[in-house]
Amino acid sequence: MSSLFEEIATPPADNIPVRRITVNVNGTDRTLDVEPRLLLADLLRQGLDLTGTHKGCDTTNCGACTVLVAGRPVKSCTMLAVQADGREVQTVEGLATPSELHPIQEGFKQEHGLQCGFCTPGMMLSAKALLERNPNPTEDEIRWALSGNLCRCTGYQNIVKAVLWAAEKMRAESN
Amino acid sequence: MYPSRFKYESPKTIEAAVALLDAGKGDAKILAGGQSLVPMLKLRFAFPDQIVDINNIPGLDYHRFDADGSLHIGALCRHEDLEHSAEIAQRQPTIAAAAPLVADPIVRTRGTFVGSVCHADPQGDWAATMIALGGHLVVQGPKGKRTIDMKDFVLGPYANALNYNEIAIEAVIPAPKGVARGGYLKLERRVGDFATASVAVALDMDGNRVLRAGIALAGVGGKTIDANEEASALVGHDLTESIIDTVAAAVAAKAEPRTDHRGSSDYKRQIVKTFVKRILVAQIAEKVA
Repeated sequence: MSSLFEEIATPPADNIPVRRITVNVNGTDRTLDVEPRLLLADLLRQGLDLTGTHKGCDTTNCGACTVLVAGRPVKSCTMLAVQADGREVQTVEGLATPSELHPIQEGFKQEHGLQCGFCTPGMMLSAKALLERNPNPTEDEIRWALSGNLCRCTGYQNIVKAVLWAAEKMRAESN
Repeated sequence: MYPSRFKYESPKTIEAAVALLDAGKGDAKILAGGQSLVPMLKLRFAFPDQIVDINNIPGLDYHRFDADGSLHIGALCRHEDLEHSAEIAQRQPTIAAAAPLVADPIVRTRGTFVGSVCHADPQGDWAATMIALGGHLVVQGPKGKRTIDMKDFVLGPYANALNYNEIAIEAVIPAPKGVARGGYLKLERRVGDFATASVAVALDMDGNRVLRAGIALAGVGGKTIDANEEASALVGHDLTESIIDTVAAAVAAKAEPRTDHRGSSDYKRQIVKTFVKRILVAQIAEKVA
């Protein structure tokens, strides 16, 4: 193996073929050789240096590592990198353009939707998936949609406000 | 916290997947949604030699009602597909009630109905739902297809009746006699936690008369609890508060809860009784909108 994966210290056994995969990450095709057991979160963080995807619990509980795969939120610690072969992945790095923040990012800034920031990338990507399906969610619908993302700082109040702020901005922009 | 090494294949047909399982001689494992398997690989509770990823097999992501009224759920139908289905909301109340309570919204985008049934976790929502609904699974092996009734499917915790070279390709819920009614209630400490207790109730009704009744429990025993026998006391009767009380008590007696950090055995039994009652009372004809 290359230097991709520090967590897999020893080289793969001879009978385990490395697989070549091509994943479209934030709009760019990336081709890599990976061991089948490599997790998508580690492909992003270690393989592609996209460290905005945070690993919180590593046990499918906290949602900090949430990314969008084919537009739907997925816990990237609970999906194999090889399963992303041929698919589109969006991480927090793909939200902003060089010149401006995504309305969801702006909402988190305006409404103080984060404190330590560790859960924020996952929160924002879950929020993005929600707003694509439901551009005008109620507070309850936001809380429900974000219930797989844990935050230990904010008490969620300002996160909900941030998503409401973003929803309004995105509706205004689409009119 | 890293899976042990495995070989990985992602076949394009069910036949190819079955061939890989067959060649694995018990050391190969199907990967569908992966929301239970991947955590178990990471904890090394599971360490298969071969992973057979079925996500690239086309045509398995459906759920549909056939003309005869039976419901068919393909092996790659995700929890959220059922949660957001207008047809399910309209025609299958037990599944409609359970779908939003499975795990959390992110897990529901990947995890599959059939995979959850096969996983046979004593806490699993769908195995209990399938038992209450009297469903069966269509499974495919090297010699072709067969069906397995849900009552014979869950053998114990994480143990099902599939042979090592068989794959469950579809779950089937038979057409209701009369109108399908019912519900699902789960007590959990927080979203995504294992259930403290869950109750699935499925009724076929004609007006206020019960034509078929199924009840199953999750989280209150070493495996999914089949209380269909207790539920069958409702059949042929009108739903009344008094018969509901009798059945709720019998179902609660069938539960085998253990005292743990989620509550005492008595507490969980009381929850089961309350949930059975709550769901059944809501089905009394005059209370149905």
